[in-house]
Amino acid sequence: MTPLLQVDGLHVTFRTRHGTVPALRGVGFALQAGETLGIVGESGSGKSVTSLAIMRLLDRAGRITGGRVTFAGQDITQAGRADLRQLRGAAMSMIFQNPRAALNPIRPVGRQIADVLRAHRGLSAPAARTRALDLLRAVLIRDPESRLHAYPGELSGGMCQRVMIAMAIACEPQLLIADEPTTGLDVTTQQAVMDLLARITREHGMAMMLITHDLGLAARYCGRIAVMEAGIVVEQGPTATLFQAPRHPYTRRLIAASPTRHSTLADLVPGSAPPTPAPIPRPSPGTGPLLQVLNLQKTFPGPVRAVDGVSFSIPAGGSLGLVGESGSGKSTISRLVCRLLDADGGDVVFSGEGIAALPARDFHRSPLRRQIQIVFQDPHDSLNPRLTAFDAIAHPLRRMDGMLDGAALTGRVQEAASRAGLPGALLDRLPHQLSGGQKARVGIARAIAPRPRLLILDEPTAALDVSVQAGVLQLLDRLRREDGLALLFVSHDLNVVRMMCDDLVVLQHGRVVEAGPAHAVFDAPQAAYTRTLLDAVPHFDRQPLPVEAVA
Amino acid sequence: MSATLNTRRQGIAQHALYVLRGNPVTATAALGGAALVLVAALAPWIVPYDPVASDVSNALQPPGPTHWAGTDQLGRDIGSRILMAARLDLLIAASAVGLSFAVGAAIGAFCGYRGGRLDRWVGRVVDVLMAFPLFVLAMALVAALGNRVENIIIATAVINLPFYIRFARAEVNVRRNAGWVEAARACGEGHLSVVLRTLLPNVLPAMAVQVSLNLGWAILNAAGLSFIGLGVTAPTPEWGIMVAEGARFIGTGKWWLVAFPGLALMLAVLCFNLLGDGLRDILDPRMRT
Repeated sequence: MTPLLQVDGLHVTFRTRHGTVPALRGVGFALQAGETLGIVGESGSGKSVTSLAIMRLLDRAGRITGGRVTFAGQDITQAGRADLRQLRGAAMSMIFQNPRAALNPIRPVGRQIADVLRAHRGLSAPAARTRALDLLRAVLIRDPESRLHAYPGELSGGMCQRVMIAMAIACEPQLLIADEPTTGLDVTTQQAVMDLLARITREHGMAMMLITHDLGLAARYCGRIAVMEAGIVVEQGPTATLFQAPRHPYTRRLIAASPTRHSTLADLVPGSAPPTPAPIPRPSPGTGPLLQVLNLQKTFPGPVRAVDGVSFSIPAGGSLGLVGESGSGKSTISRLVCRLLDADGGDVVFSGEGIAALPARDFHRSPLRRQIQIVFQDPHDSLNPRLTAFDAIAHPLRRMDGMLDGAALTGRVQEAASRAGLPGALLDRLPHQLSGGQKARVGIARAIAPRPRLLILDEPTAALDVSVQAGVLQLLDRLRREDGLALLFVSHDLNVVRMMCDDLVVLQHGRVVEAGPAHAVFDAPQAAYTRTLLDAVPHFDRQPLPVEAVA
Repeated sequence: MSATLNTRRQGIAQHALYVLRGNPVTATAALGGAALVLVAALAPWIVPYDPVASDVSNALQPPGPTHWAGTDQLGRDIGSRILMAARLDLLIAASAVGLSFAVGAAIGAFCGYRGGRLDRWVGRVVDVLMAFPLFVLAMALVAALGNRVENIIIATAVINLPFYIRFARAEVNVRRNAGWVEAARACGEGHLSVVLRTLLPNVLPAMAVQVSLNLGWAILNAAGLSFIGLGVTAPTPEWGIMVAEGARFIGTGKWWLVAFPGLALMLAVLCFNLLGDGLRDILDPRMRT
């Protein structure tokens, strides 16, 4: 049987200021009709470039310099513009990573779906509308009649992705390319969207290329997986074989770095952890907790309470995970504790001192400002584009310690950078000259530079590759052990929280659903919502589990 | 970290060169703009004739070897007058734009950051200002304040102000929820210094484009005011007045009285407009690799 899509020795280069840079160096794989192929790899491995090359959507700087892409017997690399217009959207279509950005913000979603149908099927406006409605039903959007007139901004991220799926399947393509379709969505939404995709592709006999960085997701939904590194496919094979007996060292590293239900921090980077990690410093008995949050309340304009009576406490040197989906109030709590936001009620007690009464507006003058620092979610968004890494790390020192340029400041910055694992040579760079992992380290270095006692981590690794995440998590753990830094770890990734935290608070709609020691919550979740969350996390099992470990 | 600073400066210079090399139009505009500023600065020393000294026996000479742009009805050398006028016109334009930029960026940035009632009120005032035909507003201001250079500057600044307020407001507004703004607060910045030290520098590249485009427009505006007699008064050399005075002689074929000041005006405006885009590419740190 000839495959639906056959990629042979695909080479793509990008023209840059510093000459041409190869992005793909001979990628080859095949996809049978109706099959689901996972393409996994880290950022920069060429996953997205591959999909764009197949769709011939590379931007001007990118050029296919060699190889063939055969789709249904036609060599796409040689296809003309008119042929491509016929193919795109109709025979092969694509779902993009950020659904909100991929939809036209000023056009109702129903119209956007109808546009596709009118362009490819030549349907009349009313017919296209009817079909658009059917499609919205097919992607399980509640109340499709009124959603037809909604603008992308009025829909949640998950809904937008469903609209994207509706657009992609509108013309019943033979091949669906899903490029990180659920990155940025909640785990339960991710599960719903992926289940939907799997069902639709199965029902229509579509082939799907699922591009993802999440090995668990690929394991759950793909029949076959190709692993990419630095522009080539290093290994491919049936999912079960690949996970049970990975042959290529990169695949092994990738699998090791992906947190699972049973992994520990030391597992993530084999051979890197110290043989006996320093014990976590315990506060002497009798001292109060470092941070106490009492019945915290916060309401934003609108009907819902963002935070509704949340209480928890962290001992000095302790670590607490706040887990929940978007809208659970976890980020709001982190801003409230960090005193960037004022609470409506309740109190935040930091080492015995009530700090909620001091308005956030004036908190920058408080001596406690330096003691509570925060690492933000998106390393790309949390660094001022005009400050070099050095200036970013020096920022809190200049502001709060009044340190001027000089040996003392340079020393402190270099110390913080080296503790955060940032090479000194990178300190002169601007954020856009740094990789995601390097930016994350700048963010951490900036937060630890003023030597805080409490570090709030708002999804610190959500935007990072797993191997980078592994390094950052180990770094945070080391800081905690060596400096006695207390961590408030906000995350949607349950596997990460389990490895990092002693205690766990599960949030839903601004309320605490469940709280307790992390291992207890994981092993025996009490609340139904916690169980849903745990089940929605896609995972693979590194090796067959010993029978007694299934608790 | 002076070493860091030096390498950064070097980087910017290198980057500017790179942008200019890849973009000949911007390079030409930059050269033209630089030449204009140079001429304006050195005008009193490089003009061949006294720009206000009349010599009636030599009146209305066509362009020739002694007077490359000819002479006007009073026998004044038009070339010299054009060069001297560059000084005044650029001064008016630069001061006006500088003024509206400084005031507008500050007001707009605070409105964009604070939002709320202040923002709404300032927004309405800006709307009212923009509802006026701007040139008429400038005429009214100059007429009310008096025919003086500083009043032309004020009038030009006022009619430009709404654009800067809106621009700065919009640019700050999209950035105020960025992670790095929160991060700056966690680093110990208050709201005021977040706006001044963190947000404004990030908004500047986009505003530089506006400034450059606006310079051309401000020159045109100043010349326009003088043209209709509400600005610099004769005999001071100024492009607008020169065009106005020369217009009387166009019917008799004395084209050079109007053509050369008009050409100077056009080239100046063109330079600043073309410079705008290139400036953005140079100032945006993300364009630097």
